Amino acid sequence: MHAFDVLGDPVRRRILELLADGERSAGEVTEAVRGEFGISQPGVSQHLRVLRESGFTSVRVAGARRLYAVEPPPLREVDAWLERFRASWGESFDKLDDVLVALKEKEDADGR
Amino acid sequence: MAAKTNALKVTLPSDREIKLTREFDAPRHLVFEAMSKPEYIRKWWGPRGTELTTCDMDFRSGGRWRFVSRGPDGIEHPFKGVYREVSPPDRIVWTFTYDVPPINEHEAVETVTFEERDGRTFLTVVSLHDSKESRDAHVQSGMEKGAGETYDRLEELLAKMA
Repeated sequence: MHAFDVLGDPVRRRILELLADGERSAGEVTEAVRGEFGISQPGVSQHLRVLRESGFTSVRVAGARRLYAVEPPPLREVDAWLERFRASWGESFDKLDDVLVALKEKEDADGR
Repeated sequence: MAAKTNALKVTLPSDREIKLTREFDAPRHLVFEAMSKPEYIRKWWGPRGTELTTCDMDFRSGGRWRFVSRGPDGIEHPFKGVYREVSPPDRIVWTFTYDVPPINEHEAVETVTFEERDGRTFLTVVSLHDSKESRDAHVQSGMEKGAGETYDRLEELLAKMA
């Protein structure tokens, strides 16, 4: 599954946010997400599986608990991709600022 | 250094959209004007170090546009599209294609909205991307799904993890 398809789902983005603060058990994640999105426990498990299989999270077994953690590389990849947009549009918009200064001056000079 | 007040924000409202938001210290009729004429577009379109060698624009609903951007390496990059909607003072919709095969089989739809508050403009560009798979999925799943999705905190998440 493509990284953007993984992140396209609001439940999965929420799970990643929960995990951003640190490792959490499958039970804790399920409890938090079920309440917020009104989905079933198997539904949450399915999302956890997608995150695990796509490499966005890792999981380790600690006694009876399965602990999930965020794996940064896929998110960094997405961020790097977004950065190209940020750079391209960011520089364009910075130049647009200068054009607007000139347009404002022109408008003032025209006495509007 | 103080935080930039006019920083560009990039978020992902859905799996096929990219949303850019940026504030400008000018009323929206001027920002709109700067997007509507080649003489202004030439001055700002594209990253630093690039130059628009072609800037053809039939700026009206249904009109075509074609830009060619030359990079610092001398390579020319052609872009084209159609202005689907030109609605001053607050909305422009255009299609966007990087006109090089086979990429030019794909088309994005970019919706630009201009909101004015206290003489400043809050610009939003939503770029809706169209691959074959996503387009098919889009047709099947219907328009409503994801359209109201505004859960766009990925950027904050990434900042937290950095």
